[in-house]
Amino acid sequence: MNAVMFKSHILVFAVAGLLTAARGGVCMAAEYSPGASDSEIKIGNTMPYSGPASGYSAIGKSLAAYFAMINDQGGINGRKIDFISRDDAYSPPKTVEVVRKLVEEDQVLMVFQSLGTPPNLAIRGYLNDNKIPQLFVGSGADQWNDPRRYPWTMGWQPSYGTESRIFARYVLDNLPDAKVAVLYQNDDFGKDYVNGMRSGLGDKAGKMIVATQSYETTDPTVDSQVSALQASGADVLVTAAIPKFTTLAIRKVYDIGWRPTQFVNSVSTSVGSVMKPAGAEKSAGVMSATYTKDPSDPRWQETPEYKDWLAWMKKYNPSVNVADALAVYGYSTAQTLVAVLKASGDNLTRDHVMHVAASLHDLSLPMLLPGITISTAADDYAPIKQMQLQKFDGNSWKVFGDVIKGSGR
Amino acid sequence: MEKRFAAPESVTEGTSAAAAANTWRWIGIVALIVIAAALPFGLSKYHVFELTMVMIYAIAVLGLNILTGYNGQISLGHGGFFAVGAYTAAILMHRYGVPYWLTLPPAALIGFALGVLFGLPALRFEGPYLALVTLAMALATPQLLKYFDTWTGGQQGINLAKPTPPAGLGLDRDRWLYFVALVVLLIAIRTAANILHGRTGRAFVAIRDHPIAAAAMGIDTAKYKTLAFGISTLFTAVAGALAAIVIGYVSPEGYSLFLSISFLVGSAVGGIATIGGAIVGGFFIQFVPNLANDISDAAPWAIYGLAMLLFMYTMPRGVVGTLWPRIVKFVAARKIAAQFAVSQREGR
Amino acid sequence: MHQFLQQIFSGLAAGSIYASLALALVMIYRATDLVNFAQGEMAMFSTYIAWTLVNAGLPFWLAFLITLAVSFAGGMIIERVVIRPVENAPVLAAVVVTIGLLLIFNSVAGWIYSYTVQDFPSPFPDRPVFGALMTTRDLGVIGVTLLMLVLLFAFFRYTPVGLAMRAAAQNPASARLCGIRVGRMLAIGWGLAAMIGATAGVMVAPVLFLDPNMMGGVLIYAFAGALLGGITSPIGAVVGGLIVGVTENLVGTYLIASQLKLTVAFALIILVLVFRPNGLFGTAVVRRV
Repeated sequence: MNAVMFKSHILVFAVAGLLTAARGGVCMAAEYSPGASDSEIKIGNTMPYSGPASGYSAIGKSLAAYFAMINDQGGINGRKIDFISRDDAYSPPKTVEVVRKLVEEDQVLMVFQSLGTPPNLAIRGYLNDNKIPQLFVGSGADQWNDPRRYPWTMGWQPSYGTESRIFARYVLDNLPDAKVAVLYQNDDFGKDYVNGMRSGLGDKAGKMIVATQSYETTDPTVDSQVSALQASGADVLVTAAIPKFTTLAIRKVYDIGWRPTQFVNSVSTSVGSVMKPAGAEKSAGVMSATYTKDPSDPRWQETPEYKDWLAWMKKYNPSVNVADALAVYGYSTAQTLVAVLKASGDNLTRDHVMHVAASLHDLSLPMLLPGITISTAADDYAPIKQMQLQKFDGNSWKVFGDVIKGSGR
Repeated sequence: MEKRFAAPESVTEGTSAAAAANTWRWIGIVALIVIAAALPFGLSKYHVFELTMVMIYAIAVLGLNILTGYNGQISLGHGGFFAVGAYTAAILMHRYGVPYWLTLPPAALIGFALGVLFGLPALRFEGPYLALVTLAMALATPQLLKYFDTWTGGQQGINLAKPTPPAGLGLDRDRWLYFVALVVLLIAIRTAANILHGRTGRAFVAIRDHPIAAAAMGIDTAKYKTLAFGISTLFTAVAGALAAIVIGYVSPEGYSLFLSISFLVGSAVGGIATIGGAIVGGFFIQFVPNLANDISDAAPWAIYGLAMLLFMYTMPRGVVGTLWPRIVKFVAARKIAAQFAVSQREGR
Repeated sequence: MHQFLQQIFSGLAAGSIYASLALALVMIYRATDLVNFAQGEMAMFSTYIAWTLVNAGLPFWLAFLITLAVSFAGGMIIERVVIRPVENAPVLAAVVVTIGLLLIFNSVAGWIYSYTVQDFPSPFPDRPVFGALMTTRDLGVIGVTLLMLVLLFAFFRYTPVGLAMRAAAQNPASARLCGIRVGRMLAIGWGLAAMIGATAGVMVAPVLFLDPNMMGGVLIYAFAGALLGGITSPIGAVVGGLIVGVTENLVGTYLIASQLKLTVAFALIILVLVFRPNGLFGTAVVRRV
């Protein structure tokens, strides 16, 4: 185990110690909710293994692979993790059904990292009514940070809105006379970026945003949209799209001879599957924000954190591409959960686990960028709030500027 | 197109055999209803919920069966009409505080009206052209739901308050909704049987089998084709409304093209020109994808696809469409054998 | 004006993609009287075969030829093994079988090759032409589509196999009496359609990038294009595909919010079909009572 991880565990144990002290003494006997016992902890998950969103299934595979390693190492406080991940095909009615099965039949302790905004919205009411943790939701929508109304639901990654406001800040500081165009996916994910841009630019939004265009995931290309945005005379382009469409947009922008300052969202920054396919020449100069390390960035490849990651990928997760950013995402979220469960000790009630998850303090993870840590509180359900701007040089991303704390909601 | 949507072989020939089969059928139906009513008390809440979904899908497939099986029109768009019903219920409950059971009649009405409207241009089309028109419905639905977001809640969808079961029955919510769905299903089956076995149904079948001959016989083809569309979408919209009530959430993602395709598959697997086939179709839609996922995480659709091939190879007319005529023949054969035995004895 | 031209040209580029798959749909329909919903996924799978070969170090055109051969054989085998059992079953059974095939190909491709988007080499250079209205790669796709159209047209018009195939699809019983082996014609039809699909896939993959869901959206537009042109007409498929591509772009840019462009584009297509129920180039089928 490497130094950074070790440090993070010390931190978590310190947090746990404080918690138990605050609760008035050390618990002697183990306490359990359904799904936890002396020998195992059952974790439920939904993931699109089929259907058009199945590209995300790499996350599900990575989660299972990480828990397999933890179990090989003896589990968490002597308990093995039983990770039950089921297919919901990204269809909300199916998610409701699958989650009821996980909770009522499989009797899981919690639902963890269920993927996608619409599926998670569909199950949020049910899980909160039944006081079951919906931990580290696999979506960057703003609304997972709402502990007053939904105390059992917590996000993980920086919200899309936060990221978009970071772009807006950069534009205001460096290109005050810019004309901004936005290409977005016609759903909440895309619209969060549009709204984030609006709120980030504030009063000037009406004047600065000159055009927006949306696409559907069934569209074969975004050529038409890109041409229309070029015609608006914009000199800044913000692309809020999933990887494939980001690649298509970057290439089209270059091919029609348009040279705006480009931002792409953090979901689509993978060197291997977005930037390289678009072409080094065409993607050079594109900017984005990030909070995780890009595994194909040569900067990390000699570090012990990267070597641990690579060893795990090789041994436990061979079916997922080493350059796939989704594997880093799965790896890091699984580590966050493991930290929470370790700190929960022998008190594995749903109430206590949720309490520990909401009391993380400066937890650092090996594949998060240096300086970016995870913190939560009873009134703060946004674990990661920081990001750093980065620019693609044709080969790899180069972060620049400081780690920026987003303005939250 | 040369190949037609063939109905199961007629059961009217050999009246005594048919009568025997009918007796058996009634015994079977009563037994099924008794079992269906007793079932929720022996199962966990989750399994009750699953069976509720089976019945809802069965109603939707029944609607499609009327169109495809009895009128020969293919639809790739019934997921869209399912969505229309679901959003009718959701908007009425959420915005206007209408009690859940009162949302079913408006859903039925809107489903019917939209179906008729849609049936008018669809009159001019057949085969792959009709498939395209209905496909457009399936593709447009999520887009329109997202676009008119002041009504539909857009991508966020609408969260619905859970219906409370009437006090005094001692039923929890899942079991209560099970019985609601069961009653609606029984009404749907009864209505479908009345329509299909009557004058209207005969007109549907005539148009399916010989459109030109039917017109020559004085059947108003346009009227009946449109009517078939309307009745079909009425059923599917009611199913959609029920689904929204039971699941408690609607959003555009839930009504993709895949849902429409699932209905078509359920219809074919159950037996397109049968009423009982709809129930088999409901079971298929609900359980086979889950089973596929249990068998293989890596490629669930491969297993689902294989299941489709397997059913179509062994029972090309669907489970009910293939097995029912055989049962009838079997009963008839036994009856004849029995009569033969009797006549032999008497002759002796 | 430049914007208008830009939309027209990128519409033509997209349209040629739809047209190439639409040709495969027409091929199958003429050979077997069936719309093959798995056509897009079969093309995608063929493209993965080409991708594997290119990655193994084969020159592009050799890999392409091998892919065509494998696809032709694969298409014939699918017809003999998968489709034949439902040949005489109700139409819907055959439709469901092709839907099942679609799911199987999609899922198996994801399983073997993962869902990661892959870069695919283009046989054509990548340079902007016509004042950056198009790239040479787009021109390549259009050129290959037109070439396929000519070949297909000639095949149905002039070759004995093509004529026999038309006869087999239109009237199997009479064709059989004339000594045409109907079963073999069906298999050849599937093989040729798979080959056309493979060509479409290999041409399209450098433009759209290769992943198991690459053909999902394309199939829908190709289907619309094929029907708009008339499902029996190869020329119709190409013209229909191009019209769909251009219409969709113009609707998205000029008419209303781009969020509804798919809906409006389809509404327009249906409106056209109301007046021409057999498509622009299709011929009405005369029915007997």
